[in-house]
Amino acid sequence: MKLKLDKKDFKPFLQSLMDEYDLFAPVQLVEGVSVFKKIDHPDEIDLSHPNSQKPAKELFFPQSETMLRYEKVGEQNQMTSAEEVKRERILFGARPCDIEAISILEKVFVSEEYTDVYFLEKRKKTTIIGLGCNHPLSTCFCSSAGGDPFLRAGSDLFFIDLGEAYFVELLTEKGMVFHKNKFFKEADPKDLTFVKELEDKAFEKIGFSIPVDGIEKRLDLMAESSFWDRVHEKCIGCRICTYLCPTCHCFDIVDEGEHQRGQRVRNWDSCLSPLYSLETSGHNPRPTGRERTRQRIMHKFNYYPKNFNRVACVGCGRCILYCPVNIDIRQIINVTSPKERHRVKDEFL
Amino acid sequence: MVIKKAYVETTDRMLRTLELSFLNKEDAKAFRFIPGQFCELSILGKGEAPFGIASSPTENGSLKFTINKAGVVTTALHHLAEGAEIGIRGPLGNGYPIDLFKGKNVLVIGGGFAFTTLRSLIVYLSHPENRSRVKDITVIYGARMPGLLLYKEELTQWEKRSDLNLVVTVDWGDKDWKGKVGLVPNVLEEVAPSSENTYAVICGPPIMIKFTFPKLMALRFPNERIYTSLEKRMKCGIGKCGRCNIGYLYVCKDGPVFSYAQLEKLPKDY
Repeated sequence: MKLKLDKKDFKPFLQSLMDEYDLFAPVQLVEGVSVFKKIDHPDEIDLSHPNSQKPAKELFFPQSETMLRYEKVGEQNQMTSAEEVKRERILFGARPCDIEAISILEKVFVSEEYTDVYFLEKRKKTTIIGLGCNHPLSTCFCSSAGGDPFLRAGSDLFFIDLGEAYFVELLTEKGMVFHKNKFFKEADPKDLTFVKELEDKAFEKIGFSIPVDGIEKRLDLMAESSFWDRVHEKCIGCRICTYLCPTCHCFDIVDEGEHQRGQRVRNWDSCLSPLYSLETSGHNPRPTGRERTRQRIMHKFNYYPKNFNRVACVGCGRCILYCPVNIDIRQIINVTSPKERHRVKDEFL
Repeated sequence: MVIKKAYVETTDRMLRTLELSFLNKEDAKAFRFIPGQFCELSILGKGEAPFGIASSPTENGSLKFTINKAGVVTTALHHLAEGAEIGIRGPLGNGYPIDLFKGKNVLVIGGGFAFTTLRSLIVYLSHPENRSRVKDITVIYGARMPGLLLYKEELTQWEKRSDLNLVVTVDWGDKDWKGKVGLVPNVLEEVAPSSENTYAVICGPPIMIKFTFPKLMALRFPNERIYTSLEKRMKCGIGKCGRCNIGYLYVCKDGPVFSYAQLEKLPKDY
């Protein structure tokens, strides 16, 4: 269903959503730092950033999340499980890369064997309003990582900024709930033409592609390659690439508190940390940056694809943008391709 | 679960066995496992850690875990008194391929305190109900010193059985030790069990596994008939938290038991 929403109606529209839903949208936390947060007023929304620093995965897989609480009452331990999501939620303004990443996470967290109730509860109760990317950054490469700046998949509603108005598409059952929304109007044919123009322009802006075709097979042959000896050398192990990655989903589980009361919490963890795989005996199967960097790249481009038939990278470019030592995952992937290797050889080999 | 019985196994007091029983009958009934699977045991406020199940499914009524005192959770488990309550999650993992063993000989090779899930397997296979399903059972078990052998009373009983060929060895004997002295791989070479129609199951420290594989090769065991149980640092136990992967497989849900044929194709990430 193709509709549109005038910009003057934008804030009243959001306000109307908040009557029924908890609304999560990009908010500028401090100057230059944009995250997805539950908002109390439409004015809090800040769409000036091309993409938030922290990905929208936080809404489904928080940085720190209580799994259970316990309290000793007399001789008995009383345990309460994590709070359920009481109100339906709307995620507004997530970019197609982040939305694609949510479905990548879903494949891990929701499987036939074991379902992660914490993730599923939040996912089930969330309606996603995607926002097209009119201005991809120089670090964006979604179009070669299985996505595109206007990918609708995963969104329930999809918004495209036309300047004076938003072009609105209702894509799923959850999205169709809004078909009679009083703020939506029928879109004109000329809006459709404009959307097409915006899409073409955005595609043109993505100047970089990575050779994803056949990457899984190529990496199969590179597990013990000398390439890994060099590629990690710059890395200082700050782990920001994994924390800000919308598809990274490793977590640690710790008990916080004492004997009487406390909670079991899971926190984001990173395969780039030496502690991540360190065993109590002192043995560490991934003792150096070489093995840890290899794990990060292989998980995204070889192990995950083997399990789920898709690379676990959406090309959002956060790991490139925020790396303090300018490690560029695109170059790493390029080196795996015989065609590109020659061009970027000097960087690593 | 409640700790029904707890006792120290070894002279260095680092290994303690806990016998646990369920607090309610439904849980006890619902808990079905096969040898080689593991559980996450937890103490509120200390945390959770994975342990192989040392008891056999044929031993109804209680679950047994033998715990090496190493970190925060294991130390806390060593200090708990009988009657204390702890949490459990499981059974987790795939377990030993007991169906494949039907009509075959089984060679069990264990070293040190990794013998726990092998005990489960041996008790299971030698149980009157299951004994006829497999042919010869040979067990080679080694520890550094006689005092570090686990389940000593049971070893004495097994030695008396005619349907179980048990070879116990230690790296260094003491004045009372009358059994074999020698490293497990060397003892395996000496015992030289036939690989014909035989599955080998190995569990032990990485160094033992490393030197045992070539000896099995020399005895002409094909990779597909050598199984081992691996350990890696683990948290969730259900393939979500990410840390125990070896290549695209997770030790917690795709393992911990892998064939050597499988491991050959995976990165040496363990």
